[in-house]
Amino acid sequence: MLSRPEWIAALARASAEELATALAAAAPIPPHRRLRGPEVGLTMLRGRAGGDGAPFNLGEATLTRCSVALEGGPVGHAWRLGRDCAAAEAAALLDALFQAAPERAGPLLAPIRARLAAEAERTARRAAATEVRFATLAAMR
Amino acid sequence: MRPGFADPVLDAQAAFRAVMEAMARPGRVLRLAAPPAPPPPLAPAAAAALLALADAETPLWTDAPEEARGWIAFHSGAPLLAAPGEAEFLLATAAMPPLGLLRAGSDEAPQEGATLILQVEALRPGAGWRLSGPGIAEEHRLAVCGLPADFPAQWAANAARFPRGVDLVLAAGDALAAFPRTLRIEEGG
Amino acid sequence: MYVAVKGGEAAIEAAHAWLAAARRGDPAVPELGLAQIEQQLSLAVDRVMAEGSCHDRGLAALAIKQARGDLIEAAFLLRAYRTTLTRFAAAEPLETGRMRVLRRISATYKDLPGGQVLGPTFDYTHRLLDFALAAEGAPPPPPAPEAEASGAPMPRVSEILAEEGLMRREAPGEAAPPPDLTREPLRFPAPRALRLQALARGDEGFLLGLGYSTQRGYGNAHPFVAELRLGEAEVVLHPPELGFPISIGEVTVTECQMVNQFAGAGDAPPQFTRGYGLALGHCERKAMAMALVDRALLARELGEEVAAPAQDEEFVLLHADNVEATGFVEHLKLPHHVDFQSELEKLRSIRARFEAERAAPRAEAAE
Repeated sequence: MLSRPEWIAALARASAEELATALAAAAPIPPHRRLRGPEVGLTMLRGRAGGDGAPFNLGEATLTRCSVALEGGPVGHAWRLGRDCAAAEAAALLDALFQAAPERAGPLLAPIRARLAAEAERTARRAAATEVRFATLAAMR
Repeated sequence: MRPGFADPVLDAQAAFRAVMEAMARPGRVLRLAAPPAPPPPLAPAAAAALLALADAETPLWTDAPEEARGWIAFHSGAPLLAAPGEAEFLLATAAMPPLGLLRAGSDEAPQEGATLILQVEALRPGAGWRLSGPGIAEEHRLAVCGLPADFPAQWAANAARFPRGVDLVLAAGDALAAFPRTLRIEEGG
Repeated sequence: MYVAVKGGEAAIEAAHAWLAAARRGDPAVPELGLAQIEQQLSLAVDRVMAEGSCHDRGLAALAIKQARGDLIEAAFLLRAYRTTLTRFAAAEPLETGRMRVLRRISATYKDLPGGQVLGPTFDYTHRLLDFALAAEGAPPPPPAPEAEASGAPMPRVSEILAEEGLMRREAPGEAAPPPDLTREPLRFPAPRALRLQALARGDEGFLLGLGYSTQRGYGNAHPFVAELRLGEAEVVLHPPELGFPISIGEVTVTECQMVNQFAGAGDAPPQFTRGYGLALGHCERKAMAMALVDRALLARELGEEVAAPAQDEEFVLLHADNVEATGFVEHLKLPHHVDFQSELEKLRSIRARFEAERAAPRAEAAE
């Protein structure tokens, strides 16, 4: 069964279409209302001096957040990079639904998680193909 | 949890506009058209002013109890502080924190003085204190119910350190009035 | 005397209409879509994000389209837009050591754990114009080759040296949030966190020139690229209402660790020091130049002589921002009619006095 941080990570990376598909599969959706947002803002991104030293402000990134309350039930939250308000609202609603029924997260998010894993795998394999294999030439004197 | 502004953009702008108007015309009582419906004991006008002004970059102090604190933190995004002395914004629902303890800014950066949103019992124009100062042509009168007895003395001390000082937004129900640090208060007669 | 004038409204409107038409160009040529800019001019998008100091590929692509490809104007547009947005949060520092690596090379070690990964690079291309690209409608190139990924960790080269005691360790962070030059004006001496922020959003061309100057003798630099990385780093937030950290997506960043010798001073033994470059998007030249300039600016902390322009933090930090620079340079073309009238009158009166003085001795001589 997926943990809440795991499903939140998948919801943050899913496209609006993927989330709409997951929501359709989760029907019927109980009554709910918007608590906050969806709204677009910024997050400051930080790095570390030397990669491992003291933090510094690198620059900002757009961020969309939304919170949705199921009637008499849990509150779902979504925080996503980018400016897709529809996706943020769908993600918040799914977060609320999964809190009420955590066992549904894994099956409903399986296609999204599979796509993300395949993309990461393809990137890693492409990078591996560009790794240099050094061949030692005859030693020079 | 209760929602914040019904229309987060337009209602926040209207509340900001009301606070600005109140600061520009000290002591005038303004009524907010569409304040949020916050959990008790928050006054709608105090909640509206707070949501319009505070955000994730403004440390906030409040004496509000648990549910109201949660509502404020969630909808404003402001980090809540335990001690009032470092806060940029304060929302007092009960006793007024002593003005002398709050951030007053510096002569170089007087804008860093705190803004205290204070809930009071009632704001009654036309009677009580005689108010004067920038933004008031001659004199304006306002009675405020629910301030500590030594408020005029605290306010005089606040005004004496100008340009440093604390600004005050008074809220009762869906009405608010502002006391910028330049305001002079005289007992009515 | 000051005379207020107004006018030019019709001229300005006509100029803007012409600008819109010029931006579109010949309507017979298909219009450029944002997705095309984002995908096919991706390094321009990255530069605008880095210098606009805002990660959003779609906004950067729009800015490039609106600015007709003027990347400084586009960065300006993006900076202006970001001021309309509330900052909801600050993310945890990016763990670049754990990024999903697209490219990772080291000029200091041939064999290093994780290997030399070239990634999508211009290096080793011949810089010959490829006229095949001019023939539109060609089928897309075949997919890039793939190979079994080992999944081996890629430790930082700087860490390998630090474990031997040959690399100066970075000072650990403080609990307080780092200073932010978008909130507080720059003051000098500037702490390193502020310098790195200014360099990360600084103009690539300016930093490139300064970095180059350190190599050519203006500043005592003998740099090596210990490591250059390009990859996708995870963005982690701590929303207060959740009470636990969440992962909200990835951003592409370029990181450069530039190694420099340091003779040692006082208690500090001779060792390597590093300059650091990190920027949004794929921008190696920028990250490398930033690392060179960061190292040059460490001169004061390391007790080295501050003599070269790249070591002068006021000079570097006050002039690195191209949005500020373009604002001040370009404002000169705005009407200065009144200023100039007063200059003109002053010059005329000085000139009249000069002519009078020159004429006077001759008049005396004639008497």
